[in-house]
Amino acid sequence: MKIPEELTCIECPLSCTLRLKETDGKIEVSGNQCRRGEEYGRKEALHPCRSLTTTVATGYAHCPRLPVRTAGEIPRELLFAALREIKKLVVREPVLTGQVLIKNLLGTGVDVIATGELNEQDI
Amino acid sequence: MPPERFYDVAVIGAGPAGLAAAVAASDAGARVTLVEREERPGGILKQCVHDGFGLIRFGEKLSGPEYAYRYLRLAAERELPILTQTFLLALERDAEGYRLRLQNSRQGVFELCAAAVVWAAGCRERTARQVFIHGDRPAGIFTAGMVQYMVNVQGYLPTRRCIILGSGDIGLIMARRLTLEGARVLGVFEIKPEPSGLMRNVVQCLHDFNIPLHLSSTVTRVHGPKRVEGVTVAAVDERLQPIPGTERTIACDALILSVGLIPENDLIESSGLPLDPRTGGPIVDQNLMSCREGLFCCGNALHVNDLVDYVSESGETAGRAAAAYVFTGRRQRELIAVKAGANLLSLVPQQLDRKSGGAVTFYFRSAHTLKNALLTISAGGQILKQKKYLVLRPPEMQRLVFEQAAIPHNAAELAFAITGGGGE
Ligand SMILES: Cc1cc2nc3c(=O)[nH]c(=O)nc-3n(C[C@H](O)[C@H](O)[C@H](O)COP(=O)(O)OP(=O)(O)OC[C@H]3O[C@@H](n4cnc5c(N)ncnc54)[C@H](O)[C@@H]3O)c2cc1C
Ligand code: SF4
Repeated sequence: MKIPEELTCIECPLSCTLRLKETDGKIEVSGNQCRRGEEYGRKEALHPCRSLTTTVATGYAHCPRLPVRTAGEIPRELLFAALREIKKLVVREPVLTGQVLIKNLLGTGVDVIATGELNEQDI
Repeated sequence: MPPERFYDVAVIGAGPAGLAAAVAASDAGARVTLVEREERPGGILKQCVHDGFGLIRFGEKLSGPEYAYRYLRLAAERELPILTQTFLLALERDAEGYRLRLQNSRQGVFELCAAAVVWAAGCRERTARQVFIHGDRPAGIFTAGMVQYMVNVQGYLPTRRCIILGSGDIGLIMARRLTLEGARVLGVFEIKPEPSGLMRNVVQCLHDFNIPLHLSSTVTRVHGPKRVEGVTVAAVDERLQPIPGTERTIACDALILSVGLIPENDLIESSGLPLDPRTGGPIVDQNLMSCREGLFCCGNALHVNDLVDYVSESGETAGRAAAAYVFTGRRQRELIAVKAGANLLSLVPQQLDRKSGGAVTFYFRSAHTLKNALLTISAGGQILKQKKYLVLRPPEMQRLVFEQAAIPHNAAELAFAITGGGGE
C-alpha cells in the first residue's frame, strides 16, 4: 500500500502537518509536536479506520429512512463495500435504538446498529 | 385561567436545549410544559445521522438521533408534556408571568400561562438571499441543512453533481454524505483563507474522498434559467473581492450553501428584546436570563454552538435557573456588563448578576486563528485571570469557568481580551 506523504493531525486543535516517510517497512513521522501526533500518523498511514453512518430503507411510507451506524470503526478502504452491504437492508418491523441490524459486517467483527427508532405508532 | 393551563416553566422548542432545560426545571420541582412546532421532538438532531455527538457528556461518539433519544427518555421518565405540532405565535408579559399564544390543528389558537419561559428555538441557516451571487435564481440552490433533511429523513438524493459554497461543518458533513450516496461533489469553495468548519471534518469528509477544498474562492454567478446548469467560481483577494481573470465555469446541477447559522429569534426580537449583534441571540446573565425578567434562553437560539454537549449544558443552566426564579420569587438583579474586547468574536454571558454568586461558565470564540494566545479577564484595569492557549480558532468555541469571588465588589464591568499570537 502506498502511504501518503503528508497528513493533518486531528488529535488536537493545533492541526500539525505530519510528514511521513517509509524506510524498511517502518513509518517515520515528523512535523508532529507531541507523541499523539506520531501515533496518529502511523495509524492513519497503515490502518486508517472510520465509523460509517448512513440510513436504510424501511417499508413504511410515513418514516421512509432509519438511521444506522457501525458500532465501531471499520477499515477506511471498506467504506463503500460496507455501504453496499448495508443498502441491501430493508426494515419491515419495529426497531429499537441500538438494536443490531447486521452482525459482523463484512467479517470486520463490527455490527451495524439502528440509531433511531421505528415504533408501532410510526407505522 | 384553569390550573391545567398554568405552568411554572414553559419551554419553547424541544431540541436538545429545550429538552435539557425542561428536565432540569422539572428536577428542581417545577411544573413544566414543552412546545414544539414539529411532529416529533429532538430538534435538528433528528436529521444529523452522522456521529460525533456526546463525547464530552457521555464519553461516546453518538449519532444525532441517539443523542436526542437519551434526552427524550429523560423527558419521558418524568412524564413531561410535549405539545408537538404546536407553534408559538406570540409571547406576552402579564402580572403573573407570561401568556403564550399557541396554535395547532387540534385546538386551533389557544393560550397557556407560565411564570417563566425558556426560549430554545434553535437556529436557522443563512440562505441564498443572504449571500451575494449574480445570475438566475433557478431550482437547485439548497442550504446544506435542507439537503441533509432530504437525504437523511426523506431518503431522496437532490443532486448528481454539485458544488458546495462555504466550509461550515454541515456543508463538510454533507459533502461526505452525498459522496457516499453516489453524488459527485466537485469542490467546496470558501471565501476566507481558512476553513470555517472543524479540521476533523475537513480531513474525514473531504480528504478521505479526494474532494477539493478551494480556499479564498467563491461562487460569483449561477447559470440556468430553470434548474442550475452550472456556476462560475473565482479566486478572491484580501478584501474578499473576486480577482478578474480567475473565473471559471463548472457544470453542475446544484449549488449547496453552507454559509453559517443565525439564532432563531424573530419572535422575541419583535417584542423589543435586546439582542447581542455578535451572537444574534438575546443578551443574558450567567443564569441565561435575558433582559426581561423570567425569560431565559439557551442552545443555538442563544448563540450558535458547534458541540451539542454545550447546548445541553446551557439548557440545564436555563432550566434550573427558571425553576429557581419561580420558587424564590422576583428580586432585583445587580447587573454588570461583560465586555468582549480585542480579538473576541463572541462572548456569552454578556452580563453578570452580582447577586447570584459562585462560578460562572463563559463561552467565547476568537475572531481569527491565534497561536500562543493569552486571554485576560480584568475589571477596572486590574487583571483577575489569565489563561494561555496554544491555538484559538473561530470554529472552536471555548468554555471557561470563572470564580466570581475574584471580582472586586465595586467593579462596574468585567472585560475579556485576547492578545499575542498571530496568524499561521
Ligand atoms: C442543519 C444543521 C445541522 C447541524 N449539525 C450539527 C452537527 O452535526 N453537530 C453538532 O454538534 N451540531 C450541529 N448543528 C448545531 C445543532 O443545532 C446543535 O448541536 C443542537 O442541535 C442545537 O440544539 P437546540 O435545541 O438549540 O436547537 P434545535 O435542535 O434546532 O431545536 C430547536 C427546536 O425548536 C423548535 N421551534 C423553533 N421555533 C419554534 C416555535 N416558534 N414554536 C415551537 N417550536 C419552535 C424547532 O422545531 C426545533 O425542534 C446543526 C445545526 C443545523 C441547523
Ligand atoms: S501532533 Fe500533537 S500537538 Fe500536533 S496536532 Fe497532533 S496532537 Fe496536536
